[in-house]
Amino acid sequence: MDILVLIKQVPGTNKVEVDEKTGVLKRDGVDSKMNPYDLYALETALRIKQNKGGKISVLSMGPPQAESIIKEAYMMGADDGALLSDRKFAGADVLATSYTLSQGIKKIGKADLIICGKQTTDGDTAQVGPEIAEFLGIPHVANVRKIIEIKEKSIVVEMDMPETVEIVDIKFPCLITVEKDIFQPRLPSYKKKLETKDREIKVFSLKDFDDKNEKKYGLNGSPTQVERIFPPSVNNDKEIWQGNSDELTEKLYKKLKDLKFIQ
Amino acid sequence: EEDIPQIDKNKWKGICVYVDHVEGNIHPVTFELIGKARELASKINHPVYAVFIGENIKDKAEEILHYGVDEVFLYDNKELVDFRIEPYTACFEDFINKIKPSIILVGATTVGRSLAPRVAARFRTGLTADCTVLDVKENTDLVQIRPAFGGNIMAQINTPNTRPQLATVRYKVMSAPQRNDEKSGKITLMDIEKEKLNSNIEVISVTKKEKEVSISDAEVIIACGRGVKSQKDFEMIKELCDLIGAQIAVTRPLIEAGWADAKRQIGLSGRTVKPKLIITCGISGAVQFTAGMRGSDCIIAINKDEKAPIFNVAHYGIVGDLYEVLPRLIEKIKVSKGA
Ligand SMILES: Cc1cc2nc3c(=O)[nH]c(=O)nc-3n(C[C@H](O)[C@H](O)[C@@H](O)COP(=O)(O)OP(=O)(O)OC[C@H]3O[C@@H](n4cnc5c(N)ncnc54)[C@H](O)[C@@H]3O)c2cc1C
Ligand SMILES: Cc1cc2nc3c(=O)[nH]c(=O)nc-3n(C[C@H](O)[C@H](O)[C@H](O)COP(=O)(O)OP(=O)(O)OC[C@H]3O[C@@H](n4cnc5c(N)ncnc54)[C@H](O)[C@@H]3O)c2cc1C
Repeated sequence: MDILVLIKQVPGTNKVEVDEKTGVLKRDGVDSKMNPYDLYALETALRIKQNKGGKISVLSMGPPQAESIIKEAYMMGADDGALLSDRKFAGADVLATSYTLSQGIKKIGKADLIICGKQTTDGDTAQVGPEIAEFLGIPHVANVRKIIEIKEKSIVVEMDMPETVEIVDIKFPCLITVEKDIFQPRLPSYKKKLETKDREIKVFSLKDFDDKNEKKYGLNGSPTQVERIFPPSVNNDKEIWQGNSDELTEKLYKKLKDLKFIQ
Repeated sequence: EEDIPQIDKNKWKGICVYVDHVEGNIHPVTFELIGKARELASKINHPVYAVFIGENIKDKAEEILHYGVDEVFLYDNKELVDFRIEPYTACFEDFINKIKPSIILVGATTVGRSLAPRVAARFRTGLTADCTVLDVKENTDLVQIRPAFGGNIMAQINTPNTRPQLATVRYKVMSAPQRNDEKSGKITLMDIEKEKLNSNIEVISVTKKEKEVSISDAEVIIACGRGVKSQKDFEMIKELCDLIGAQIAVTRPLIEAGWADAKRQIGLSGRTVKPKLIITCGISGAVQFTAGMRGSDCIIAINKDEKAPIFNVAHYGIVGDLYEVLPRLIEKIKVSKGA
């Protein structure tokens, strides 16, 4: 069974800078790490492989330094990895990102099961998985919280809905996005680090893709535009009360009464 | 950039809301979005539509007519009884091709977050996630404001040259309109070819989760943070909750300490709440927390540190010790109730 896990490099902290003009993130020089939610996706793949055998590939789109998260995936047990990297991919929104990844997936060959994280900690949209499935023309199920059974031609999973839990059987090839806590991710192993330190990371750029139309990638291929970025507003219409505890209690009591929360 | 052909925005008319439901039970986010759609539509003089995909949902569609839509488009087939991505996307595609709405609003529920991106990709158009503010320009461009980076940044996003424009919005972010006694608007039954409703997904079972009180639905919430020193102090908080009809909620550290069920966590990695009143007790006001409650109608914060960031979002800030204020408040309320 061939499993493909999609992993993204994200800033190591939430304090990041944005290019005022383009609204695109300044990622250079910012400490980065693997999107924490993707660790759950990778762990899910590793558990499936433990039970059923097969091969795990990882794929990422990003700048050249994103190779580091592919190395990290090797240290956790991934067999194979590729990076999609090209200046022409820069500034991509969800649509352009998903299209690029779907072209990359076609390039690296068939996968029975594609696993994505639930969302990222930077863009935070949770939209990339479903859009890739659409571009590949395969079914997907989001918010998977449990793998129930791997059959020969399909996978049975549990999907978390607001008021219900649904058990569904999806035919291969398909894509799932997994909830955190589906499995506890393992730590990278030092032994694997030594074993995999020379393992190849394939790098593909636009010229390797079937569809070389530049207008479909990066900022050009992005229907959404970030017009401006700003800090969350603070509420200026407020009262701050100070004083001794009796005064404070009196004020609070009166306010609750005025607002009719106390009859 | 070289000359990219501009689309004709006049060919796309109407603001559409996806009717989110499981087995015909309409999710309340739907009504909130209808309210928003009406507000936007009146600015650009567009109609408000709803698209409803399922089985045996005619009666439920009637209910939507009480909330001020012009037309409900109904896809009612037995293949649509459960949410499965391919047939639902096919219906949505059919609707968009036939009606050409300018804007589509989808609730950021499990279903909505799965369906909206699939539809957006099919039409190669933009989708903005988890919008907290929506407005519309004269040229029908949707102004979409959303938090990213765990709420540390707000982004204003535009979809200037593709249609339809899609946005998702979480439950309890917008306000639902009043239900009218009278119905208005009409229901239109849509036809779709059976072959389009095939799926590689088989739904084996749908089990109701145990009905739990959800803090998302609470009108009054008392939220506790690490300023509450021990789990047994919850007794005092619960007593106050009972007196004012509140639900108890907590910050993430208290979940990590195992003091409360994860469903009671407010914030980015918890629930979004929008009660009429929230009283925060010993909560510092990290953005990850406030992201889940800043929409509340009235926020009262109790914190002994006057510099705590919670005072930036609070309407009434009480600089004081919760162990001094709350017992006195409880006493006062009890006395007033004659207990
Ligand atoms: C402030 C801000 C707001 C934004 N808002 C929007 C918006 O509303 N709409 C929009 O279209 N774009 C938006 N973007 C752009 C968008 O976030 C990213 O550029 C897009 O590349 C990835 O989306 P995501 O991070 O939300 O991924 P998600 O959809 O949250 O990621 C889900 C999963 O997809 C996989 N994945 C995602 N990206 C990659 C990758 N590069 N390589 C490999 N796997 C990947 C991972 O498995 C991940 O767990 C925004 C960007 C910023 C900075
Ligand atoms: C990715 C990510 C997601 C997160 N998601 C969430 C989330 O969904 N929800 C969430 O809550 N957090 C979340 N967090 C954690 C968040 O950053 C904060 O750490 C957390 O909200 C702090 O909780 P707190 O206010 O209870 O504790 P603290 O920050 O420790 O604040 C305690 C406050 O109590 C006050 N205090 C102490 N004693 C008293 C007293 N006797 N009377 C009055 N005041 C007193 C102190 O002055 C202080 O301000 C997330 C973090 C990350 C990184």
